[in-house]
Amino acid sequence: MYMFKYIMKRIGLMLMTFLIIMIMCFVLIKLLPIVINVNIGQDADIIKAQIEARGYYDPIPVQFINYVRRIFEGDFGIGVNMPEYRNQPVLEVFLEKLPPTILINIYSVLIAVPIGLGLGILAALKKNKWQDHTISTTVMIVISVPSYVYAFLIQYLLCFELGWFPLTMNSGYDYASPSMFLSMLPAVFALSFGSIAGYARFTRAELTEVLTSEFMLLARTKGLTRSQATVRHALRNAMVPIFPMIIGEFISVLSGSLVIEKIFAIPGVGKLYLDSINTQDYDFFMMLSGFYTFVGLAAGIVIDISYGIIDPRIRMGAR
Amino acid sequence: MENKNYNDIPKEMFEFASVGDLRHDQKLDTKPVGYFKDAFNRFRRNKASVLAAIIIGFLVLYAIIAPLISQYDVKYNDERFRYTLPKSALSEALGIDFWDGCQEKELTKEMFYYYYAMGIETGHNAVKNQEYSTYEVENGRKKTTYYSFRLDTYHANGVIFKDFTEEEYLNIQKYQNETGIQVIYPITDKTKRPEASQDKDDANYWFETKTVNGKTEAVLNEDGEFTNVYQAYTGKDGYNSIRIEGEEPLYDYAEANQTGYKLRINYYEYYIYYHSYVLNDGITEPMFLFGTTNYGQDIFTCLASGARFSFFLAIIVTLVNFTVGAIYGAIEGYYGGKTDLVMERISDLLSAVPFMIVITLLKLHMGSASNIWALLIAFFVTGWIGMANSVRMQFYRFKNQEYVLAARTLGASDRRIMFKHIFPNSLGTLITGSVLAIPSVIFSESSLSYLGIINLSTGDITSVGTLLASAQPYLTTYPHMILFPALFISLLMLSFNLFGNGLRDAFNPSLRGAEE
Repeated sequence: MYMFKYIMKRIGLMLMTFLIIMIMCFVLIKLLPIVINVNIGQDADIIKAQIEARGYYDPIPVQFINYVRRIFEGDFGIGVNMPEYRNQPVLEVFLEKLPPTILINIYSVLIAVPIGLGLGILAALKKNKWQDHTISTTVMIVISVPSYVYAFLIQYLLCFELGWFPLTMNSGYDYASPSMFLSMLPAVFALSFGSIAGYARFTRAELTEVLTSEFMLLARTKGLTRSQATVRHALRNAMVPIFPMIIGEFISVLSGSLVIEKIFAIPGVGKLYLDSINTQDYDFFMMLSGFYTFVGLAAGIVIDISYGIIDPRIRMGAR
Repeated sequence: MENKNYNDIPKEMFEFASVGDLRHDQKLDTKPVGYFKDAFNRFRRNKASVLAAIIIGFLVLYAIIAPLISQYDVKYNDERFRYTLPKSALSEALGIDFWDGCQEKELTKEMFYYYYAMGIETGHNAVKNQEYSTYEVENGRKKTTYYSFRLDTYHANGVIFKDFTEEEYLNIQKYQNETGIQVIYPITDKTKRPEASQDKDDANYWFETKTVNGKTEAVLNEDGEFTNVYQAYTGKDGYNSIRIEGEEPLYDYAEANQTGYKLRINYYEYYIYYHSYVLNDGITEPMFLFGTTNYGQDIFTCLASGARFSFFLAIIVTLVNFTVGAIYGAIEGYYGGKTDLVMERISDLLSAVPFMIVITLLKLHMGSASNIWALLIAFFVTGWIGMANSVRMQFYRFKNQEYVLAARTLGASDRRIMFKHIFPNSLGTLITGSVLAIPSVIFSESSLSYLGIINLSTGDITSVGTLLASAQPYLTTYPHMILFPALFISLLMLSFNLFGNGLRDAFNPSLRGAEE
């Protein structure tokens, strides 16, 4: 019951924050002068009339009310300024662009979690031995070096010099085909490097702390072997803060990484967002901004809530 | 009966415990160690962090000094020295095949002869030391010979056709006579130039050629040598300077046209002449330590001035965020209650807005001319929240301690208590936070310029991100363009992180090993 109340409170707060940010975004973007891109073979007057008919010249509060009403009807607007998505429903285009982004990020989490945790556990168990030093140093380097630098390295070494993978991701929609999977891998590697290092560092820190705690000594005293004690007591306790982190990562796979998507030419949400910014396409911009904000907020909440669920001793929000 | 009357002990009954040997407090043998001194001592023991600090020092020094000592500036570019590879004077002195501005090439005979002939004519070897090896590839019945050699990108321009006015023409001749360096080479016979359209205006075909399947091939004489196709001497070229053939004029050196004269000039020597004799801008010889970009800019200079800009930006942002965060966090933490609740909501709200949205909206509202301002403001909008949070935590921790109560009892004002008594406690955390914020600002800036959200390459400003973005299309062909900026930013981030971690351990030893 207590948990339920806490969750409700957090969700309520989140929705309020979300609403305020969206209103700010909406007002700020609508305050800008309206940009109309006319391509060859299109009539400027027709496009202008179209935009007027959609209510782009109404007062902003009226526009906002209309916008919200349309959203509840499932209509997120229609593309205006991007030539390839002109007159297409925003939601449809967005859903079409979502799979590559999600797939790449899910693959990278699937690679990163086991390797990262494994390295972290190894480093913690062999603390201050050469294994630990090697892992810790590597992790420090990998965490510091910006992700686009690995992306360049991977692209140059694996894709170009060795020719194992194509330079950029294939276009098309057959996400399950082997050649598509192969073309996604460089981006997956580039993304997972940083995560592996992050998990390894976090796991090592948590596990070393747990390993030195008193219940570990008790576990050994009552006759457990070292490995028994580690698996049954230390790992479980160390997982308390690590697990929420993994869950949070799974939520934020939705948003992905704009830079990596650009380097490997992933036809995903990131490119759509950058294009909508560069062409000032209002409906796309609003929808995607909302999406990114929502994913960020939701990841935060899920992390907090999962703490309470994993370890009932933690009473979230208690004073 | 014992005397239990302790109240009335006469004064004479007392005596000193040790007469003549009064114990004084002993003078301290060691010097007092203050908070910062203590932290510094601890920091000094951390070898990795000290090394990182030294590297940061070098990088800063590079950013400050390199644009001053370099012969180029950011605005400099030369179309003909695009994609030039890195070259250092050291490799020439040592005679090694590394960092010498050369590119490993494997070409067919026609293309190889093109470069090989350059060195024969002018002595500026496009094929390094005119050394090469050949190998054969069998493809079915057809055998192809490949020439493998190191192509010197500094001399690969060879000679070019260029139009000059009479005045400039005379000027170059004067320069030749003064220095004895040949810039102008004999003009080729119009009728004997290659027929293929792509090679017709290429001045490097000074030798006899034939066209096979639309490609130009060299025709060698019986001795296996190139035969020149220079225009025979007519005396109408107005040339009175060094000749390649000796005293007797054999060839024409110019071709009169509308602007004056069309000359065949060696671009390398012409570049030296033009910069040291005409412009006098301090450029002596083309020498690009880190190579050049796709616009022919010097990467060594651009990277340094980009780094300078990044440092500058990061330091301003960090200073502002430090100040704002400290004040905001202090007020939140000190007053607590309703004030805290409201202020915390505001900072929560701001921190939930993705940075991308902030910068986009700012950029759209402020126009493309003020990208730097948009960037600065975007960093100010959300950057201080982390600082404010850590100050707030410290204030919660210390505001109810006895010494604060004592200060309040003595009548200290709120502001005095906040900034004189409590704030110094959070200084260590704040300094660490600021140091760690610097690389993250640089990282964000480089990502944003890379994504093209902000464009800083206008005028004489460039940034590391801009360099990376402009180099990415050439990753496979000219990796040196991306190598140096990427190396720089990696080294910078790594050493800042190590330095920051060292500072954190030094200021707050209890946090050693724990993350964040």
